[in-house]
Amino acid sequence: MNKSELVEALAARNGLTYKKSEEIVNIIFDSMSDALTTGGRIEIRGFGSFVVKDYQAYMGRNPKTGEVIKVKPKKLPFFKVGKELREKVNS
Amino acid sequence: MTKADLVENVYLKTGFSKKESAEIVEMVFDIMKNTLEGGDKIKIAGFGNFVVKDKATRRGRNPQTGEEIEISSRRILTFKPSQVLKASLNDSEG
Repeated sequence: MNKSELVEALAARNGLTYKKSEEIVNIIFDSMSDALTTGGRIEIRGFGSFVVKDYQAYMGRNPKTGEVIKVKPKKLPFFKVGKELREKVNS
Repeated sequence: MTKADLVENVYLKTGFSKKESAEIVEMVFDIMKNTLEGGDKIKIAGFGNFVVKDKATRRGRNPQTGEEIEISSRRILTFKPSQVLKASLNDSEG
């Protein structure tokens, strides 16, 4: 399922237009991106949570050439699936 | 940020009431959960992909006792952030 299929599924379920459903889906994911970008965490009950982890600079290697390179400090988002969804996916 | 904040944002940016906004946000996550439960992946451009993966049985250890145990095969949900999201996280502090 991609975003437009999610929009279609939402429109089919609540009788809204595609455009209105798209607006809502965009608000949700834009809000979530903004929250992570400003350093916040997200917790969606029944779904899961997102946190941003900070990485210090480190010396790494190009796995193809073996060349030693400096990796700059970076931030990465992580998702932890909620218990309910984890169990449902595995059942 | 919680679901309540998402509801608030939908409420503020659309013409829907708080009650309607809450129902719609709930629906979006319901659709996503049902899709993932069915084993299908979800790709949200600009945000990331949620992918269900099958993990084979493997041998592991109880980290507390060192005892060797068998970890049963299972299905797990993984999230791979999009390049756009990763870039915006790292741009924010220049």
